[in-house]
Amino acid sequence: MAALPDFQLLHPATASDAIRMRALHPGSRYLAGGTDLLPNMRRGLVATEVVIDLGGVDELTDLHEESSALYIGAGVTLAVIAANRTVQDRLPALAQAASGVAGPTHRVSATLGGNLCLETRCRFYNQSESWREANAFCLKLGSDTCRVATKSPRCYAAFSGDIAPALMVLDAKVEVLGPLGTRVLPISDFYRDDGITWLAMTPDELLVAVRVPLKTGWASAYEKVRVRGAMDFPLAGVAVALRRENNTIADLRIALTGVSSRPEFVNGLDALAGHPLDDTALAIITRRIKLGIKAMETTLIEVPFRRRITPVLAKRMVERLWEMVSTSLS
Amino acid sequence: MDCGGWNDPRNGYPMKKILRLSVNGKPREDAVAENALLIDYLRDTLGLTGTKQGCDGGECGACTVLVDSQPRLACSTLAHSLAGRKVETIESLSHEGNLSRLQRAFHEHLGTQCGFCTPGMIMAAEALLRTNPHPDRTAIRAALAGNLCRCTGYVKIIESVEAAAQEQSV
Repeated sequence: MAALPDFQLLHPATASDAIRMRALHPGSRYLAGGTDLLPNMRRGLVATEVVIDLGGVDELTDLHEESSALYIGAGVTLAVIAANRTVQDRLPALAQAASGVAGPTHRVSATLGGNLCLETRCRFYNQSESWREANAFCLKLGSDTCRVATKSPRCYAAFSGDIAPALMVLDAKVEVLGPLGTRVLPISDFYRDDGITWLAMTPDELLVAVRVPLKTGWASAYEKVRVRGAMDFPLAGVAVALRRENNTIADLRIALTGVSSRPEFVNGLDALAGHPLDDTALAIITRRIKLGIKAMETTLIEVPFRRRITPVLAKRMVERLWEMVSTSLS
Repeated sequence: MDCGGWNDPRNGYPMKKILRLSVNGKPREDAVAENALLIDYLRDTLGLTGTKQGCDGGECGACTVLVDSQPRLACSTLAHSLAGRKVETIESLSHEGNLSRLQRAFHEHLGTQCGFCTPGMIMAAEALLRTNPHPDRTAIRAALAGNLCRCTGYVKIIESVEAAAQEQSV
């Protein structure tokens, strides 16, 4: 791979220092674990003259339990999240998503914030410069034509982070720091359906933390399908959170990743509240999930497979959680 | 906050800065470019070529080294992000010509074929054995999940780590 381009490396000590440095260098990039940014820079995908290393910002690595929520700083590594007892016991979807990202060595450096802000991916984008040049570049960088949908005015690169769907079904909120202070928003509002601008954050803002409510009575899980089982981005990822009351669904939340330019929360499942988990319910879940999938040819694996496997995966997970809750109740 | 000046990239000057850290137990103080990757610092500046450059993009684990006893990919880590930290490479494992238990186990149990993935495999296994001295096969496989062997000698590699763990517990 090519050498890194020249840049100046800044080391803020606090999050507000980082914000001030960003204001001085609007084209700079934040560096956390670097597992995605550094290879992308070496592929010529990210051009910047200033890199702001967040590794010395201690406040971003704060992880503590509040009265009814878990506060996780954006700089907490995925290895720490996956090994945390509260996460394992009360937020299994998050534990499973964190331990499913890449390989163990990546997870030691990769952070929560890095995975939530993970750059969207496409087989026409995540390539060397010479490869992309041979294809006359693409809409995401260097051309006005999208290679997966040539007439499209927008980029369809796929959001491939594993953590976001888990946090969506767990109803988490993200905390974003900007020059004017902090704002808090539901994680679903943190994303936009566009491969080029997939985050609803302005360039002068920094994701600082996530708050995940610690609710009782919920079961949750995250699973993904990938080419390489040991470590890979999801071809499709599914997070499910379920609350069961006797023989009926009380609440069912499902979110997807890898099948659209943003993590997709599956709408319309609230209609299932009060219904048993029978074939009709499973058919509704399948239909609702298919509406949420906007997969394009962004991976080498074909779209029909990703479209078909996603509801199958979700159905298996819902059935498993349903049984799991009934055993824990009895 | 430092911005601009002699090391401003826009002036076209080299942007070397002093980096202080520990490599293989020895304190180092080197002038290192701000955009230097850990792997280039280790191999080119320090001549520690035991750490291998494989895919060079964070996908194969050949460049795995230890930073404060945790495995890290040297190809996806900036040298300057490790100021004050403790880096260990494959060269630190043997002492006075004696191989470490993992190195010996890889040698005796044929955990090495072409040898290119071996330093990364051994460093990832070393990190595992430091936190979990008696790993089962599942734990070994999980710890080595980020390391590719293109000779596909995985069975022998896992057996080698098992043998080293047994030797350690004796």
